[in-house]
Amino acid sequence: MNDWVDIGCLEDVPRRGARCINTPLGKIAVFRTADDRVFAIDDQCPHKGGPLSQGIVHGAQVTCPLHNWVFSLETGVAQGADEGAVRTYPLRLHQDRILIDAQTFAAATAA
Amino acid sequence: MAEKLVIIGAGMASGRMLEHLFEAEPGRYDVTLFGAEPRGNYNRIMLSPVLAGEKRYEDIVTHDADWYAANNVNCRFGQTVTKIDREAKSVFADGVETPYDRLVIATGSAPFILPIPGKDLPGVRAFRDLDDVEAMVAVAGKPDAKAVVIGGGLLGLEAAAALRGRGMEVVVLHLAGHLMERQLDAAAGYLLRRELEGRGIKVHCKAQTKAILGTDRVEAVALDDGTIYPADLVVMAAGIRPETRLATDAGIEINRGIVVSDAMVTSDPDILALGECVEHKGAVYGLVAPLYDMAKVAAKTLTGSEAAFKPVQTATQLKVTGVSLYSAGDFAEADDREEIVLRDATAGVYKRVVLKDNRILGAVLYGDTADGSWFFDLLKRSTDIAPMRDTLIYGQSYGGGASADPLAAVAALPAEAEICGCNGVCKGTISSAITSKGLTSLDDVRAHTKASASCGSCTGLVEKLLMSTLGDSYNPAAIQPMCPCTELGHDEVRRLIVAQGLKSIPAVMQELGWKTSCGCAKCRPALNYYLVANWPGEYEDDGQSRFINERVHANIQKDGTYSVVPRMFGGLTTANELRAIADVADKFEVPTIKVTGGQRIDLLGIKKEDLPAVWADLNKAGMMSGAAYAKGLRTVKTCVGSDWCRFGTQDSTGLGVRIEKFMWGSWTPAKLKLAVSGCPRNCAEATCKDIGVICVDSGYEIHFGGAAGLDIKGTEVLCHAKTEDEAMEIIAALTQLYREQGRYLERIYKWAKRVGSDSIKANVVEDLGKRRQLFERFVYSQKFAQVDPWEERVNGRDAHEFAAMADFQMLQAAE
Repeated sequence: MNDWVDIGCLEDVPRRGARCINTPLGKIAVFRTADDRVFAIDDQCPHKGGPLSQGIVHGAQVTCPLHNWVFSLETGVAQGADEGAVRTYPLRLHQDRILIDAQTFAAATAA
Repeated sequence: MAEKLVIIGAGMASGRMLEHLFEAEPGRYDVTLFGAEPRGNYNRIMLSPVLAGEKRYEDIVTHDADWYAANNVNCRFGQTVTKIDREAKSVFADGVETPYDRLVIATGSAPFILPIPGKDLPGVRAFRDLDDVEAMVAVAGKPDAKAVVIGGGLLGLEAAAALRGRGMEVVVLHLAGHLMERQLDAAAGYLLRRELEGRGIKVHCKAQTKAILGTDRVEAVALDDGTIYPADLVVMAAGIRPETRLATDAGIEINRGIVVSDAMVTSDPDILALGECVEHKGAVYGLVAPLYDMAKVAAKTLTGSEAAFKPVQTATQLKVTGVSLYSAGDFAEADDREEIVLRDATAGVYKRVVLKDNRILGAVLYGDTADGSWFFDLLKRSTDIAPMRDTLIYGQSYGGGASADPLAAVAALPAEAEICGCNGVCKGTISSAITSKGLTSLDDVRAHTKASASCGSCTGLVEKLLMSTLGDSYNPAAIQPMCPCTELGHDEVRRLIVAQGLKSIPAVMQELGWKTSCGCAKCRPALNYYLVANWPGEYEDDGQSRFINERVHANIQKDGTYSVVPRMFGGLTTANELRAIADVADKFEVPTIKVTGGQRIDLLGIKKEDLPAVWADLNKAGMMSGAAYAKGLRTVKTCVGSDWCRFGTQDSTGLGVRIEKFMWGSWTPAKLKLAVSGCPRNCAEATCKDIGVICVDSGYEIHFGGAAGLDIKGTEVLCHAKTEDEAMEIIAALTQLYREQGRYLERIYKWAKRVGSDSIKANVVEDLGKRRQLFERFVYSQKFAQVDPWEERVNGRDAHEFAAMADFQMLQAAE
């Protein structure tokens, strides 16, 4: 069962940028690419915990601001020689509103 | 004793001849080389890219002082030979007599100057040598400067495109009905015209120039039909003629050029001639390939072996960035000729092959010239093309529908196929040099075979040949690309940004063929810096292409919090400022307060969402961002100087404050830290800074290029300044030169090592005009740079950066 909740407007996130949402699981980073696709991943690099939302967004990838690991926003997997992954969260765009499935993090707290 | 060989003319033909001569019999001759230009041999074909700002003079030098010294050449550059005395066997320059046993005349060609009123006005230039280029660049630097180029041939169009690229308004006047009529047919001429007009160049064909107007210098050009074009610069590119005056005076046989035999010997057996000044069997030559053949022959004649010059067909390419154009052979229409034409108007492609009896006579390619050398090879070998006639025009790689693989196309070329037209190097020569001599790079191939060493347009072919010969072991890293998104290096990108007037990151990526749609974390900040530095007031800074610290104007820490460093000019502070800092520390529970090495105070561990409130409090106390995060001006460290110190010679604190107030806000390739010490005891540690000042009794010693980080390096002295004002101007000019030449993230000491201190001193110290211009460009750029980013954000800019988008913690807690 999905529970799509509104987290804001597409325009709230800068193109090639990110915003955070606070959740019981910690911060989730919501990205918007140059071509207006949106992605959500954990705002924490598996390497040293860098806030990925603060990185430079290029294509559907982000480079961590602390040590330049690069992650795919689509899969959450580290690119190149680095090994690791961050959790991804499904998002939906309804007109210009961004929706996230609240179940993903509600379930995690209930469990 | 060695025979005396005197050479008149230090251009490309004689340069190549000397190479062959020294290779065959080094030391046989005692060589004296006269050149009218005050410099040695350089690759004249590449003057167009220099004019366009895509290359520098240093990049096109073929023989430097070391080469001449190593070969014991007595260089007499800047000395014009005025007379040859054949009886006495000597030449005269500046009244000095130099005897010869053998003489070589390589005086090249002289530009044809239209015999019209006003041709001698200042501002009328030929496009022949580096002095012409420098004169044109100087005019192009003036705002709203206008140029008229007379002549729409190869040279004229290269000049026009380059000047337009430098921002001039450009008109091309051409006598014939279409551009480059000697190389192109009317259709290709039309496409070329359309391309140039698209770049804002006005083309006026069938133009009969009547006069050049102006009183003290050129002001306009008037045509027969009454049209008048205003002009600050007129480029005469109406053609060249062999420079034969010396030979004529000496009574050597002349026709259109100096008449030479197959062995390159003139009517005087002791005198040879070669290059653009000669006439061989009724023909004169202007392209480099036959001149290089002459050089080979002349060298053999000088060493007593037999050789004969045989003219070969040549092909032409236009060196205008972004225009691909190739023409070879004869393409005039005639009854007994047939032609195959391919047009793709949307893609701007035009290909025409002229045939006679199933053999190629000529080819004109526009827009897509990849098959040029293949057609040319078929032409020269007079291959019967009947079997492939149906698909001929689609080029070599069209064989049964296979996709066009450029590597396969090069691999399929026969060993005799010519790769480098300028130097007449065929594929087999290059391939065997690669394997037998173990060559691994483009530079190696250039050094050993000369392929792609002249006009460079076959560079791509040579690289593909390296790839196909060496396979995966070929690493084309001759130029370190900026990042995997491009093959271009930092310097190329930067030059092209200027030359093509690219003013946004998408424009750069589009025009320079970026391989990714959106760049990467390496190239985007670099491009953003280059655009900020090159187009002050025009380019809109792209925050999303900046590293987080420069985007939010604080330094990210390992735990994702930030540190905040307010500016303290020259390391001076006040009780009020300290009180405000203390209040901020209390209010926001700042865990760590630290004094920095740059003489200011760092507040560490501030949460991102608190940043605007922290800045608001600091702003209220009169403090602004210290840019402790910036690839830009950081601090100017000072000692107390003559105000307090018993040893101080000057007001070092005051000067430091003045420099910092003048320079804050400026972006530089990497961080820039300065210091001013009041005496040579150097308490401000100025001699390990990017730029340092040591005050002395007589003024200010200016240092640069120090480092005390990953590398430790003492500074080097730049110069001495008598007054504070002079010191300020020198420091700003030095910074501006670094801003314009430094690669992104390259500290000043690395830049200085790369370009050489001599070139820095030449610009900043020796040439007062250049120093002033650099200083003025810095001042102009500061008009847009000196905005406190904290204050902007306190007032609401980029508010999204500092607040979460949505909060579900509360939601969960409520449930």
